[in-house]
Amino acid sequence: MKHRTWSHASFLVLTAALAACAGGDQSADEILIGEYGSLTGTTATFGISTKNGIEMATEAINAAGGLLGKQVRIIVEDDQGRPEEAQTVVSKLINSDRVVALLGEVASSNSLAAAPVAQQNRIPMISPSSTNPAVTEVGDFIFRVCFIDPFQGFVMAKFAANTLQFTNVAILRDIKSDYSVGLADVFIQNFTTLGGTIASDESYSGGDTDFSAQLTALKATNPQAIFVPGYYTEVGLIARQAKALGIQAPLLGGDGWDSPDLIEIGGEALEGSYFSNHYSVDDPSPAIQKFVTDYRAKYGETPDALAGLGYDAAMVLFDAIKRAGTTEPQALRDAIAATRNFAGVTGTTTLDEHRNAVKPAVVLQIKDAKLAYVETITP
Amino acid sequence: METFLQQLVNGISQGSAYALIALGYTMVYGVLRLINFAHSDVYMFGAFMGYYIANSTLGLALGPSIPGAILVMVGSMALCACLGILIERFAYRPGRSPSPFTLSFWFGILGAGFGQLLGGTLVSVALGALAGAVLGFVLEKVGLKPKPQSSHLKLLIIAIGVSFFLENGGQQVFGADPKFFPQIIPNRSIDVGGVSLDTQKLTVLGVALLLMILLNVVVHYTKTGKAMRAVSFNLDTAKLMGINTDRIIAFTFALGSALAGAGGILVTLMYPRIDPLMGIMPGLKAFVAAVLGGIGNITGAMIGGLIIGLAEVMAVGYGQSTYRDAIAFVILVLILLLKPTGIMGKGMVEKV
Repeated sequence: MKHRTWSHASFLVLTAALAACAGGDQSADEILIGEYGSLTGTTATFGISTKNGIEMATEAINAAGGLLGKQVRIIVEDDQGRPEEAQTVVSKLINSDRVVALLGEVASSNSLAAAPVAQQNRIPMISPSSTNPAVTEVGDFIFRVCFIDPFQGFVMAKFAANTLQFTNVAILRDIKSDYSVGLADVFIQNFTTLGGTIASDESYSGGDTDFSAQLTALKATNPQAIFVPGYYTEVGLIARQAKALGIQAPLLGGDGWDSPDLIEIGGEALEGSYFSNHYSVDDPSPAIQKFVTDYRAKYGETPDALAGLGYDAAMVLFDAIKRAGTTEPQALRDAIAATRNFAGVTGTTTLDEHRNAVKPAVVLQIKDAKLAYVETITP
Repeated sequence: METFLQQLVNGISQGSAYALIALGYTMVYGVLRLINFAHSDVYMFGAFMGYYIANSTLGLALGPSIPGAILVMVGSMALCACLGILIERFAYRPGRSPSPFTLSFWFGILGAGFGQLLGGTLVSVALGALAGAVLGFVLEKVGLKPKPQSSHLKLLIIAIGVSFFLENGGQQVFGADPKFFPQIIPNRSIDVGGVSLDTQKLTVLGVALLLMILLNVVVHYTKTGKAMRAVSFNLDTAKLMGINTDRIIAFTFALGSALAGAGGILVTLMYPRIDPLMGIMPGLKAFVAAVLGGIGNITGAMIGGLIIGLAEVMAVGYGQSTYRDAIAFVILVLILLLKPTGIMGKGMVEKV
């Protein structure tokens, strides 16, 4: 017992010494912020878009004189889109780079792996675009600047009932995905409250390729639209098979549709369908138009929703540092939690008591093989 | 009623695809008493070959047209036949009779893998393959040879190995992310009394039927077909009668694999997503279809495929989508308990 206490103590001394050494590169005139994301791997575009957005925000703030009289420096770590790697790089950012706050990740599974590390070390973390409700439930140092999954079910129900004036909608959900099931349940709840009826509720399993049996059953109930809150691969195939079965009703969906591949797979069968997303590059608001123009000039491509959310996550953090007047973790956490009506490119962000963003979503329509902005729906 | 008829059409088109794959299982089983688990991966290979042919210069020039579709179909079937022959020659035959260059072949593939790992260029892959092939050849010369002792268990394990090899090799060569098959025939739908028939479903039905008739003609009315039936009846006697059994077996593999390739193309016409693991589920279900019809029996495979396809669609249409994958296996258990030889199968007496 005595022996163990001793080794414990010497370990503590050693760690403290190491930490002191590692902390040495924190220069007095810089604020260090850690970013982790998938810069390589199968979800590389997620991480790169987010990094570009954060980079733009950082350049803007530094050009305006920085924060608290210091320049902001972002330290970027690649987690290759793997949860275990995300955990490792976040430990490194906190313990060896001594960052004051963290930005990341896109995929909820990676955010969920890294969030406990941030929480234990009491370092504030803002996820730009993880929509799984569980992410911010990890602890009071974890925030997000995007809406959560169930909100999109509400948005599409309101859109179908109020804007499209539909009263009879069918559901086709991916029974293997929490995301899809969650959206479908919230949609049904809100759509029936608004006076609509659910024609039928069918399901498939992610990875299926044949949906003709479900679609035939749906067709018999004559729905005005079909809500398909799945991912783009299956949605594209569903659209094609629906058209082949002579179903004319448009499809409705959520941000799982947001991929350049969607239209490639679904083709003209998707014409006239709608889905909810975080923002639209066609949104006429001047803040969005300026962001889109600047982004195109800098990176030579149109920013996707993830770039916009990356930009906003960084801006929310900078705003909080300004209001806190310090980078001391507890004060910074309280300042982030107090974010109200922050105007960003993806809408006006207010953080609620669960540290989730309450903000509007946009509805997009597929028209002439492009995404057209239809309207913004507020919570 | 309309809904029921539409589900019937859905089920028959799904079933005819299963039937095409099931034919390959049943033919190989008929001649070798071997369940060729690699068959479902030949089906995947067929879909990928079709994808590359359709996206080649010639394929793109022809576009979605009848000649374009024929090019994709015939090209893919031919390449699948070649793969079938390769699998038979280098994986199954060495277990049956002495076959030189077997080690060269496998070591060549291993070498190519190392070349890819170390260099990552075409030259390094080619050099690796060459080095591996030479090593294999030398090993064979010094006496390390596959021992031809035919045992069903050994062949079955080899078949599973080949299947894993093709799936993982496919992920390496084709990439693990799904790809989308282009439309190779113009798509239109026709409404017949509330039931919608589209050109793709009709093509699948038509081509499947045509291929099944052709197969029946080959097996029953040609000399090679007669030899196939003889080999299937008794391999040793067929050999004594002067039939080149190795050639007949290779031909059977080529024919079965070409049908799997055709199945791959037809299925992706309806469901245009392809990936290297796409063969596993349809392969298992086609296998169930072959057992249901009576394994080794060609007509049985067709009937079995149709029953499985219809059962699946009806289970989803009138039950729940989660039953889709379960229904085929429930049928498998039932048929094995009630009539182990299948619908068309004859009782076999095991000779001791």
